[in-house]
Amino acid sequence: MSNNVITEQAPSGVKLPIYMDNHATTRTDPRVLEEMLPYFTEHFGNAASRNHEFGWVAEQAVEQSRERIAKLVGASTKEIIFTSGATESNNLAIKGAAEMYREKGNHIITQATEHKAVLDTCKRLEKYGFRVTYLPVQKDGRIDLDDLKRAMDDKTILVTIMTANNEIGVLQPIREIGALCHERGVLFHTDAVQAVGKVPFNVIQDNVDLASITAHKLYGPKGVGALYVRRKNPRVQLVAQIDGGGHERGMRSGTLNVPGIVGLGKACEIATLGMAEEAKKISALRDRLKDAIMGQLDEVYINGSVEHRLPNNLNISFAYVEGESLLMGINDIAVSSGSACTSATLEPSYVLKALGAGDDLAHSSIRFGIGRFNTEAEVDYVAKRVVDTVNRLRELSPLYEMAKEGIDLTKVQWAAEPTH
Amino acid sequence: MAYSDKVLDHYTNPRNVGSLDKNSAEVGTGLVGAPECGDVMKLQIKVNPVTNVIEDAKFKTFGCGSAIASSSLATEWVKGKTVDEALQIKNTEIVKELSLPPVKIHCSVLAEDAIRAAIGDWKKKQSQEQTAAVAVQQA
Repeated sequence: MSNNVITEQAPSGVKLPIYMDNHATTRTDPRVLEEMLPYFTEHFGNAASRNHEFGWVAEQAVEQSRERIAKLVGASTKEIIFTSGATESNNLAIKGAAEMYREKGNHIITQATEHKAVLDTCKRLEKYGFRVTYLPVQKDGRIDLDDLKRAMDDKTILVTIMTANNEIGVLQPIREIGALCHERGVLFHTDAVQAVGKVPFNVIQDNVDLASITAHKLYGPKGVGALYVRRKNPRVQLVAQIDGGGHERGMRSGTLNVPGIVGLGKACEIATLGMAEEAKKISALRDRLKDAIMGQLDEVYINGSVEHRLPNNLNISFAYVEGESLLMGINDIAVSSGSACTSATLEPSYVLKALGAGDDLAHSSIRFGIGRFNTEAEVDYVAKRVVDTVNRLRELSPLYEMAKEGIDLTKVQWAAEPTH
Repeated sequence: MAYSDKVLDHYTNPRNVGSLDKNSAEVGTGLVGAPECGDVMKLQIKVNPVTNVIEDAKFKTFGCGSAIASSSLATEWVKGKTVDEALQIKNTEIVKELSLPPVKIHCSVLAEDAIRAAIGDWKKKQSQEQTAAVAVQQA
């Protein structure tokens, strides 16, 4: 990161660049790394090698991880399957259930702000003849339970709705969704990736049948994840998506990523022990950032429900300022934006669009994801830089000028027709 | 995305930010783009009525770093040119000067549109003035 645009002196105790994009990924906790290392060069056996100690030691480590993960989510060890990450877990859950229960029905329900791993999987199933309903969300980002009730019919076999959204941090009412599904004999899968380890999540209490988990969102390594597959009330079966060897009870073949799995297990153990305390600390940091920004700037809007939200997420739109130019002004801070200019496809965030906010606010949004390693000093520095940059960019903004003159921007005839 | 040094320079030290009096007969104002697209540029020129030389130019932009840089560069380039010379400025020249990657080429196109829109507005005012002057004469 040598492109330092504005060379501010960082106060002591603040090391640049600052990482505040913990929804994208998290730094691997040093304790997790330490736990993983022996499994590369010392205990490097294949966990499926049944005939020698190298295999037994690896298998034992895998089983210990299974226990740690099961404990964090309230499951039993037999219900945890290892995968390469949440995208694979989502694919396995949705396609696996769809194929297994095809005789029963062909209707799947999901919602508009899901991660692409879910949406694209559903789109592929549509090509195979499944019917998919994409529920809209309300302005606060949550689905309406009545919409879900109305959408369910006698051909519905699966509902897949995420626990927490990766862009806006909004929490869906999964306990009620799960209860409704169980009432109707429909399976409930949830992409729990952003929620596990951050907010209480229990597959029994929350009425969940399938749940996707990944390591790299909870201070574990990239490339490993898990899928919770319920065994009782009801017993869920899936058609494997990867064949070859029958590992993981036939649900997911392939040699296990032992070091990665050890890492995931350790990350879950750390989360189990420290979650309540950490959530308090992190939400205090998040609120500190929010209050500083909103206290010093006008026309800033939080995207999505403030009440039902992850403790570490802040997604704000800064009216009259475009997201990428804002990121450029704070380029010693790692965050992300819903602006079209920051996406590979030049489309603004579909999540923000689903909230009903105009495209202009999507273009002006910044997502902050606070994490375990962020400090108060960092938050204060970030707040100052954001406020200074927004003020500077508003001086450059014709929209701000027009708004200050009292012009209603929604009534202006713009020269360019939006192409999307 | 790594930005070119020139884009960063224009972003950190934008040239000619501000506004001219849009009611003045010597000022042409171009407003292009749309908030829904994430790009809006306002470019204004002040033209000497005798020589048709653009004596001053100002801009304001809502958009990414490349959009800001493109419009800032545009104001630099039009200053000192006659209106007809300014119409020759092509977006490809802006792309080259700022080393814009393919995904940002549209920012340069918008800047070229902004120049044309400003000149178009100024020209419209000149012909309206002429019509008014003729009307006064005939009155």
